[in-house]
Amino acid sequence: MLDIEVEHLTKRFGDFTAVDSLNFFVEHGETFGLLGPNGAGKSTLIRMLTTLVPPTSGTARVYGYDIVRQANDVRQSIGVIPQAMTSDLDLSAEENMSIFAKLYGIPREKRLKTIRSLLAEVDLEKWADKPVKMFSGGMRRRLEIARGLVHEPKLFFLDEPTTGLDPVSRVAVWEMLSRLKNERDLTILVTTHYMDEADKLCDRIAIVDHGKLVALDSPLKLKASIPGKNVLEVSFSNAPGNWIETLQSLPDVVDVKAEENIYRISSHNGPRTTVALMEAARTAGATINSLSVQSTTLDDVFVHYTGHQLRDALQAATGANSPFLLKRGGL
Amino acid sequence: MHRVWAIIERDLRRFRRSPVLVIVSIIMPLVQLIVLGYAFGGKIKNLHLGVVDEDHGVPAIKIREMCQAVAVNAATFDTVAYADKTEVMRDLRDGKINGVLNIPPNFSRKVLAGINPQIALVEDNTDQFSASALEGAFNGLLVSYNTAPVPPRETNDVTLSVVEIYPYVPYIQFLLPGTITLSIFVSAMIGGGIIFIDDKARGLHEGYLVTPIRKFELILGFTLAGAAKAVIAGIVLITVGSLIAGIPDPLNPLRLARMLVMVVATSMALISMMFLIMVRVSDPLVPRAIFGMLNTVLYFPSGAVYPTESFPAWMKAIAVVDPFTYAVHGFKELVLKNTGLAAIQYDLLWLTVFTLLSLGLATALFKRTL
Repeated sequence: MLDIEVEHLTKRFGDFTAVDSLNFFVEHGETFGLLGPNGAGKSTLIRMLTTLVPPTSGTARVYGYDIVRQANDVRQSIGVIPQAMTSDLDLSAEENMSIFAKLYGIPREKRLKTIRSLLAEVDLEKWADKPVKMFSGGMRRRLEIARGLVHEPKLFFLDEPTTGLDPVSRVAVWEMLSRLKNERDLTILVTTHYMDEADKLCDRIAIVDHGKLVALDSPLKLKASIPGKNVLEVSFSNAPGNWIETLQSLPDVVDVKAEENIYRISSHNGPRTTVALMEAARTAGATINSLSVQSTTLDDVFVHYTGHQLRDALQAATGANSPFLLKRGGL
Repeated sequence: MHRVWAIIERDLRRFRRSPVLVIVSIIMPLVQLIVLGYAFGGKIKNLHLGVVDEDHGVPAIKIREMCQAVAVNAATFDTVAYADKTEVMRDLRDGKINGVLNIPPNFSRKVLAGINPQIALVEDNTDQFSASALEGAFNGLLVSYNTAPVPPRETNDVTLSVVEIYPYVPYIQFLLPGTITLSIFVSAMIGGGIIFIDDKARGLHEGYLVTPIRKFELILGFTLAGAAKAVIAGIVLITVGSLIAGIPDPLNPLRLARMLVMVVATSMALISMMFLIMVRVSDPLVPRAIFGMLNTVLYFPSGAVYPTESFPAWMKAIAVVDPFTYAVHGFKELVLKNTGLAAIQYDLLWLTVFTLLSLGLATALFKRTL
């Protein structure tokens, strides 16, 4: 069964196209990752799928329900953790859960039992009666994950669940998600800009950039799809003029990208290329300032498909110049 | 309906944690009640009246003696004797005295001859209130001056005898119905539709917009929760305000029960109105910015501080639709006259119609998406 089917889904805010004719599907039981920098359209996409933002054109079905015409059926069958922390600071953990259980129409006798067991699953049972304003960011996130499951949905949307959390809390949240997914037979659609998370946890990853889907596959296949098993990052001083051609002619080299005097060399065989590279540098009189050899990571995949580093995109796409955020703030 | 209750429960639980809202929404109206009530309500006393007697005849002395009597008893003014007109007029302009009584040189002769004797009252009419108080005092004074010591048995003069059907109502009591309405309005401002705007500003609304709650359930939930808080503020103000203003028998259970009906109707009308005004607003500064303006536009034309009969046509037009008008009228009937529900049925009717219109329109305009 396909839990999510997306066809030519598009969202424009004025002249700005936040999501540009996306097509993909998510099978039941998958953990599906949307990877991309801020402003890539991940949140807009997830908001369309969770009925918070109406699409400009195209369609999508969630659990077989049309996201526009059957919005309330969609809402009843999904759990959503929005990017912003949405738990109520003045209420206790249990009260937060209880209000949402009522919004989903969970009968009284089932409510308390479900809430107690979910709070235990996210390790917050000792904090059930404490007001959320006493919670750390990671605890709030865990509470929101429990809250999102209060009506026992099979499909779970999480928009950057670990952004803003410290590394320990991030790991805790991910472990919790994996466990919940297995215990509850969940399908998860998650957005993130942490490559390592996506790599470890997602069955398939869609790389989104400027509203477009640039690659979609399992992390393994994505890494295998780009040239070179290893990446050498080298910086030189006194490199001769035709240095990039020399590097390209080294054994097993697939591709060379240069940025000022830093070179990124993709190779089928890292060690052999490295030995040849050092020999070539000595012959040409170039000094190696730094050298590192890495296995292909999702960062390389991202760079390959989008033509830029994720960290550059993260820096460029601050809230101020994202038309979507501008529009929201100005409403 | 269970979703409506969930929204109400959430709001009231939050309110229970910080009930400061009720305190804020009764403090301002109470302060206004006390300050305005005593600022405008009291009789004007201790004005200074300059007296220039250019006549010195017996009738003039009688007038001056009567002025002395006013100064000692009612104390509306005290008298300061002046020798010449130039000095007294200068003091009047400088604000040292509030008015001048001039008894002209041939006053006594005219009185005795019966040819239109006149005395002059020169007023500082930049202060209308003091001027009318002086005028009132002198009209009374001259009536008793002119009254013959032994009145004729029959007279052709038509006289007006005034019958007051209620005990004397001090201004502070006249003000109380408006103050009750104001406390409900302040609650509506800070506890009504604004809660949703604050949720929007903090992103909390995304949490419940992804649940299957419907537009109308959300609006009804917020309105009922807001109304519950406004009712609490209204009840507190009725009790405390009645005691401060000295309403007779303030805790009469039947009156309190009728007041409760009025408080509920007023709360629903004002809260749903606020939700309608704020339904498309996202910036939490907007409601705070327009609070004063709304307060002025709704409170003053309602007849809460001055009778609507004196208003120009455009202000009367506001008063006709303004829910404040009906709330204030209803509370006036109950607080000042202790009438039954029949006297306020049209107030209740309009407040209910107004509530339904606002809720309907707010639902139509509400955007369930981001």
